[in-house]
Amino acid sequence: MMRVDRTEAWLLGAGLALALGALVLPSWLTFLLTIAFAKGLVVQGVVIQMRAGLVSFGQGLYYCIGGYTVGVGGQMVGVHDAFALLLLSMAAAAAVAMVLGLLLTRYREIFFAMLTLAFSMILYGILSKSQSLGSTDGFNVRAVTALGWAPGAGGKMFVYVLTCGCAAVAAVLLHRLSKSSVGHVCEAIRENEVRVEYLGVSPRWMLYATYVLAAATSALGGGLIGMATGHVDPEMAYWTTSGEFIFIALLGGISHVAAPFLAATLFSTVRTYAIQFVPHSWQMILGFVLLGIIIFLPKGLWSLFRRTKAEARA
Amino acid sequence: MTTFIAILVDGSIYASWLFLVSAGLTVIYGVMRILNMAHGSFYAIGAYAGASLVGWWFSGAGGNPYVSYLLLLGAALVAGLVVGFFIEFSLLRRMYGRDEILMVIVTYALLLILEDAIKLVWGVDPYFAYQPYGLLGRVSFSGLTFANYDLGLIGVSLVVGFGLWLILNRTHKGKLLRAVIHDREVAVAMGVNVKAMFAVTFAVGTTLGALAGALTAPAISVSPGIGVEVIVLAFAVVVVGGMGSIGGAAAGAVLVGLTRAAAVHLAPELELFVIYGVMSLVLSVRPQGLFGQTLVRKI
Repeated sequence: MMRVDRTEAWLLGAGLALALGALVLPSWLTFLLTIAFAKGLVVQGVVIQMRAGLVSFGQGLYYCIGGYTVGVGGQMVGVHDAFALLLLSMAAAAAVAMVLGLLLTRYREIFFAMLTLAFSMILYGILSKSQSLGSTDGFNVRAVTALGWAPGAGGKMFVYVLTCGCAAVAAVLLHRLSKSSVGHVCEAIRENEVRVEYLGVSPRWMLYATYVLAAATSALGGGLIGMATGHVDPEMAYWTTSGEFIFIALLGGISHVAAPFLAATLFSTVRTYAIQFVPHSWQMILGFVLLGIIIFLPKGLWSLFRRTKAEARA
Repeated sequence: MTTFIAILVDGSIYASWLFLVSAGLTVIYGVMRILNMAHGSFYAIGAYAGASLVGWWFSGAGGNPYVSYLLLLGAALVAGLVVGFFIEFSLLRRMYGRDEILMVIVTYALLLILEDAIKLVWGVDPYFAYQPYGLLGRVSFSGLTFANYDLGLIGVSLVVGFGLWLILNRTHKGKLLRAVIHDREVAVAMGVNVKAMFAVTFAVGTTLGALAGALTAPAISVSPGIGVEVIVLAFAVVVVGGMGSIGGAAAGAVLVGLTRAAAVHLAPELELFVIYGVMSLVLSVRPQGLFGQTLVRKI
């Protein structure tokens, strides 16, 4: 058994507290948090790649694969167990990523961004033309069970607790990864790939592993969103969806594993109100915030906490 | 045989449209190394400006209906130049020299802002400006009917492509521009005013985008979201041809245009798939695109 460090204890504690919150929090809030944490998981996929210097403009591909796997599994194959469905989602995404990764890991920078975008648009094109999967309307996701127990009316609550659990566990694992030698090599690749090569490590296989891991993580988030909203549609793979994930990733920054979850919560909360009050200026607000972050807070909102901490110590 | 001709003509029309849409994108990337995500919004702005001006001309102002073509061109020119110079001065000027990938995100932010700005200016209801489209009539050959307006589009894109080639290869300014493309730092050292070059290039790029939008406006219903759809197509074309190359954009447009036309006529369910399929295929064989230059890795 490895030692649990302070961050991990915090993450697990927060996950547990939030999951227990299901008993007291109003249902609109738990739903908002479900969506936020599930999105946070998708964004983790983007962030893992950003740590290695790759910006994916097509993470919606795996988000969509995750959602559709849960949908198809329940609706057409007859798998209703939530854990089995999520594992299937991750497996499906990892399988696709293993194939695409062979090609994608040959590219960097904007070429990587464009190609990932192209692949997610291919999936969008296929899904919006397939009648059996409801073409552009998508289809409804069946209610899930857990190890033979059917939550019934408490279904939403169950998905919320499940999401909290998945998010906490994933956060701990990703935190461990970023602190491990593999995580450090990824950062080195971002800084200078050729030098890493000279040190005898293959950046390409490192990035390949990163890409597959990011795909599985995002698919987990997509699967949870599918269960929570009870609906999936091809829009999940459209490139603007992927743009949203990049936005959240930059909003939080890549320096801490909790940042994507906080950023996603902030994003979902602000969006809920913005769409209600200023429906036609919501994207504009996003755009200005994004520019503001790039210019004033290049390391994301998380750097605000960091800075005050560092100043306090000094 | 009929299907073959249909594919050929439809493909040429679509290819010329694709070229118009992607020319501005490739010009901006070639000179400034900015992959401009907001290009689709310039297209949309051009389309809205053209559609509302033509709508006004036919609804009350009256006069010669053929003037509407001039209005389309004028709308694109004014909208493109104003928006282009404004954005270059207010935002991009502060961002030069940053990472290419960061510039993608900056222009993505720009796209988000412009998309809503368009909604605030023109509302969310669709605009129609079908009159210039119908005015030219139709032509039939070998049992197929085509709109003359669409065929005219082929001519326009040939003119635009040839014009760009002339400016780049046969004028003094074009030579300076090629020097900037080739090596920015040396060009600065030689006394080329790169900043002014960038500003003009960006405005020209935006105007080309707006022109594509204005010329497309009569054939579609101009509604929110058209820019977002267009940009990914333009990306595909430009990436296939090799980013920053005008000839490449033309080749990419023809390749993608014909493939898509073939898919529409032979296997319609593959329509969207083939565009990105072609792109992925080309890139897996030639990562720098058909006409792109191989990049040297820096240590």
